[in-house]
Amino acid sequence: MSTASVSGAPRRPRTFGRREATELIAPLAIAGVVTTVLFAITPLAGPVGFVIVMYSLFIAQYYWYARRTHGVKAGVDRAVTVVISSAAAFTILPLVFIMGFVVAKGAKSLTWGFFHHTMEGVAPGAPASAGGAFHAIIGTLIQVALATFICVPFGVLTAVYLQEVRGRFVPLVRVIVDAMSGLPSIVAGLFIFAVWVVGLGQGFSGLAASLALGVLMLPTVARTTEEMLKLVDPSLREASTALGAPQWRTVLRVVLPTARSGIITAVILGIARIAGETAPLLMTSFGNDRANPTKTLSEPQESLPLFIYRQITSSQGASVDRAWSAALVLVAIVLVLFVVARVLGRTRPAK
Amino acid sequence: MTTAAAMASLVVMGLIAIFLFVKAWPAMHQAGWHFFTRFQWDPDGAPALYGVASAVYGTVVIAIIALVVALPISIGTALYINEYAPRRAQRILVSLVDLLAAIPSVVFGLWGRDVLNKPLSDISAFLYKYFRFVPIFHTKALFFGNSFFVCGIVLALMIVPIITAISRAVMAEVPRPYCEAALALGGTKAGMIKEVIFPFSKGGLVGAAMLGLGRALGETIAVALILSINGNIMTNILAPGGSAIAGLIAVKFGEASVNGRSALLGAGLVLFLLTLVVNLVARLVVTRSRPPKGATK
Amino acid sequence: MSITMSPAHNIESAAVNERTVDAALRAEGISCWFGKRKVLEDVNLVMERNTVVALIGPSGCGKSTFLRTLNRMHELTPTAALAGAVYLNDVDIYGPELKASVTRQRIGMVFQKPNPFPAMSVRENVLSGLKLTGTKVGNSEELVQWALLKASLWEEVKNRLDAPGGSLSGGQQQRLCIARSLAVKPEVLLMDEPCSALDPTSTRRVEETISEIADDITVVIVTHNMQQAQRVSDTCAFFLAEENRPGHIVESGLTEQMFTNPADPRTNDYVNGRFG
Repeated sequence: MSTASVSGAPRRPRTFGRREATELIAPLAIAGVVTTVLFAITPLAGPVGFVIVMYSLFIAQYYWYARRTHGVKAGVDRAVTVVISSAAAFTILPLVFIMGFVVAKGAKSLTWGFFHHTMEGVAPGAPASAGGAFHAIIGTLIQVALATFICVPFGVLTAVYLQEVRGRFVPLVRVIVDAMSGLPSIVAGLFIFAVWVVGLGQGFSGLAASLALGVLMLPTVARTTEEMLKLVDPSLREASTALGAPQWRTVLRVVLPTARSGIITAVILGIARIAGETAPLLMTSFGNDRANPTKTLSEPQESLPLFIYRQITSSQGASVDRAWSAALVLVAIVLVLFVVARVLGRTRPAK
Repeated sequence: MTTAAAMASLVVMGLIAIFLFVKAWPAMHQAGWHFFTRFQWDPDGAPALYGVASAVYGTVVIAIIALVVALPISIGTALYINEYAPRRAQRILVSLVDLLAAIPSVVFGLWGRDVLNKPLSDISAFLYKYFRFVPIFHTKALFFGNSFFVCGIVLALMIVPIITAISRAVMAEVPRPYCEAALALGGTKAGMIKEVIFPFSKGGLVGAAMLGLGRALGETIAVALILSINGNIMTNILAPGGSAIAGLIAVKFGEASVNGRSALLGAGLVLFLLTLVVNLVARLVVTRSRPPKGATK
Repeated sequence: MSITMSPAHNIESAAVNERTVDAALRAEGISCWFGKRKVLEDVNLVMERNTVVALIGPSGCGKSTFLRTLNRMHELTPTAALAGAVYLNDVDIYGPELKASVTRQRIGMVFQKPNPFPAMSVRENVLSGLKLTGTKVGNSEELVQWALLKASLWEEVKNRLDAPGGSLSGGQQQRLCIARSLAVKPEVLLMDEPCSALDPTSTRRVEETISEIADDITVVIVTHNMQQAQRVSDTCAFFLAEENRPGHIVESGLTEQMFTNPADPRTNDYVNGRFG
């Protein structure tokens, strides 16, 4: 019979074992102890400073040891690996902190009343339990819906132009859309203020805010939709064209329906981008203490980001608590949109 | 019809420039060249003295602090995701970075003002105490925080996602055969990054940094909430005070009267042009820096 | 049916094994996976010092994968897994004594497509390995000349050492890659179909280079070209992947014997161009 020996189980070369773990933990522990002592006997203070000092000590020791035991090149390689990995940690850490603070501080004074009360007639010094953000939530929903309604046709058609029609202005349009994605949001607000609020004499309103938000949403929707259209199998287009369908019909009947979930993802990402925008609202919807969904076209209107901003800047203890609660609601909304976009984005268009 | 829709973005960008200019003209005309050189901001006073000099200065200083802090973190994160992370962690990390980008700036501002300002003030006090000889840490003020420094740090966190995303894409385009060649010669991963990945993606990384800079220049609400705006040109970055275009507009808009609003629109025009130039150059650099011809795929 | 997988058990190649083989590189029980898919099964092969070993077989039989396990390039693929051991002078390259980067420094590799660093000059390309491994060298000009001479490229480029590596022709680029690998003084050089992207003239030059360098280093070359295998190699290993069976070695031994009097009918069919 064959002499085939027993093949071992599949493995990947071990790059991180007990020894490597010890080499990491030991300098980390030493750095921790030394930093604690330093902070006790010197004027050094503060959590951020602690992290910085401890991290520097840790990296220095780790490099020193790795260099001694493995040589210069390998020492540098190991130190670089640790530094790069910790860069990723430094990116994620603030996210965790912000989320943690928003949840902890926001939940503190979040009551059911917060969802169905407005700020109408609430005295400036009233406790956080008085008043709520009902008007702001309603305002955000209306303004975002209107902005989506205004922006999506333009966004999707721009994407169709870039990816399907491929007219001769493609390079120009692409540059402009890119430039537009870097447009400071406050400039969009000033623009609508200049054109709509005073230029056309329409005054502050929820609609004006929607227009500004629509401007900000356009590049996100256009570019994401374009990416999604790229994923549509070209043979589908060819099949449709081969049947003698004109291009607009191919796009309308074949390409767009195929990319539907992708386009929805693009729209949701656009909504997530604008739902938290504050700056342009200062000069478009201005803010209001009461709910006025029926006066969206004519009256100043509140929304969640504006509510947060106005509560913070009024600088009273209780109003900052309200700001945190509203921040929790806003982050929750954005998070839900984000997750929905991810889930939808994962289902690729049918081939 | 699609052509018309695609032109919408073009039209909007053109209209922004035109309308801001038209509406800002009265205030800019009245101030003359002083609009660009004067520090203080009092467009509704008598006499009306105002200029964007200190605001432009502050905007640039804050953006530079943000970039200096964000760039190494972003490129490190991008390299970690591309070269080091296990596949499952890759996906999660990309999502988390995107999530960081999705957090509203007003929430960043609230967090920066209410939570981060205190520990960063402690750091400021430390820097002042021991590194006072460095001009940017030298101040006569007795208080720290609500400063360029705090704003810069918070903005750094806000621009990390975009720099990470772009530099990740740029560095992923380095053809793998060259990376493999470097490793096959006995190079370490660190060596491969230094000798192959960085030289190849240099241009793209510069572009990514500039896009981040553009974001930082235009960021409004976090600055408005954190910085205690006054008209000074602050040579130090630790003490409260200073100014920034976007933050100035946000803070002053509500109380401004006719000339004040016109002047703020002028400031907006300056910001618009500043970010437009930075963004266009950045995009140009990113597209120009595709791998050289003849690269093996 | 009984198929022996190790040269040690292969009667036909007994000639090789009767004398003590001075093994530069020895693979024992190598199996490879990509994810759940097993692409190599229990491969054993002895690669004798300062000879040229050719790995032949139809596409998809796992010979390139096997080659990449010999200097730890296989593990760079995220889903790749492995079983078995590879000994370089009786030290397991997957063991704790050797780091991946040191292993690759001692066992160099030349790829299918020439990949000199395009932004670096010819000289910088030759010296790039030293820079990457942190090796200091006294006279770098001498080393550049030595490596380029070894790779039979010196005469063609001696007047344009500062030209970018990407400006050379395909064949020259491949020889530059060989020079680059030689400059770090490896003990073994792995070549993954080094001529498949080259024209016949360039191919001839690279083959001459291979014969030249085999005087003092061990060469393991993957090739699809039977004539090439016959021209350059001292010993051969024939890989085959069959239905329900991942890649494995059907037969290995002296090249001459493999081509004139193979033990296995499948080897006979393959070397005579009847399949693959």
